[in-house]
Amino acid sequence: MKPVSLLAVLAGGTLFGFGLALSTMISPEVVLGFLRLHDFGLMLVLGGAAGATFIAYRFAPLVLHKPMFEAHFGKHASDLNRDTIVGAVIFGAGWGLCGVCPGPAVAGLGAGNWPLLLALVGIAAGAYVHGRFFAAAATAPKHSITRETSSPGQRS
Amino acid sequence: MVESLFPNGVSHYLAGGLLIGAGVALIFVLTGAVPGMSTVFSSTWSYVSRRPFFQQPRFVTTRAWRLVLAAGLVLGAFAWWSWFGPPHGVQTNVSWWQLLGGGFLVGFGARMSNGCTSGHGICGLASLQLPSALAVLTFLATAIGVANLVGLLGSN
Repeated sequence: MKPVSLLAVLAGGTLFGFGLALSTMISPEVVLGFLRLHDFGLMLVLGGAAGATFIAYRFAPLVLHKPMFEAHFGKHASDLNRDTIVGAVIFGAGWGLCGVCPGPAVAGLGAGNWPLLLALVGIAAGAYVHGRFFAAAATAPKHSITRETSSPGQRS
Repeated sequence: MVESLFPNGVSHYLAGGLLIGAGVALIFVLTGAVPGMSTVFSSTWSYVSRRPFFQQPRFVTTRAWRLVLAAGLVLGAFAWWSWFGPPHGVQTNVSWWQLLGGGFLVGFGARMSNGCTSGHGICGLASLQLPSALAVLTFLATAIGVANLVGLLGSN
C-alpha cells in the first residue's frame, strides 16, 4: 500500500476507534448487558455501522472506477463451510464469556481500559493456536492455495 | 418501549455506529481495503512465525496496513478519552480469567470463521454475504446463551 493509503487507513481507523469508544462498546459490561438482553444498543451500533458501510460498498464502485489511491476495490472473503459456522460458535462462546471482540480489545487500550490487555493477549494466543495447529494451509480460502504450496517461505 | 429496550439512550449508540461505518467507508473509497479487525491477529504473526499458514500472501501483503488500522483504533479511542472520557479511563470489572479465556476463544473462533463482529458483522453484512449473515446469527445466538449462563452462575 502507498504511504498516502496508509494515512487513509489511519484516518478511517481513527474514526472507527472513536466510534467504538463513543458507543461504549469498549466497556465489556455494556456488551454483556446487550447479550443478556438488558440494553439493545449494540444493535444500533452494528446497524448504523453496517448501514453506512453498505452505502459505500454499493455506490462507490458505481461512481468510481477504482479507489482513489489504489487499483482495486476489495471484498470481504466469505466462504460458507464447516469452519465458518464452528468458528462462529467458538467466537460467540468467547464473546459471551468476556464481552470483548477484536475491535474493542484494540480500541479499549486507547481509552485506558487496561484489563482489556488480557483479552488482547488471549485473542492473539487464540489466533496463533488456530493458525499453528488447526489450519492446514490446504483449508485456507481457494485463491491462496496454489501460491501457498509453491511458496519459498514454506518451512515448518 | 424505547426506554425499556434502550435504558441508556440511543443517540451515542447511533452516532458511534455511524462513525464506525464512516471510517470503514472512508478506507474503502480511498484504498479499496475491507477492514475486518480480527485478521490483524493472524497477519501480525507472519512477522515472527515462518509457518506456512501465517506466510500466506493474504496475510503478508496486508499486515502493514492492518497494524496501521489497529493504531488508528487506539488513536481514535484516545481522542474520545481526551475529550469526553472519564479521567481515569474506562473501567472493567470482568474477571481476569473471563477476559483471558474468553479472549482466547474469540481469537481462535474469529480466525476459524474468517471474521468477527466487524469482518462478518459490518463488512460481510454490508456486502450482503450469506455466509457472513449465518455467521453473525450463529455467534449472536451462542454469545447470548453463554452470557446468560455465566450471568446465572453469578459472574460478571
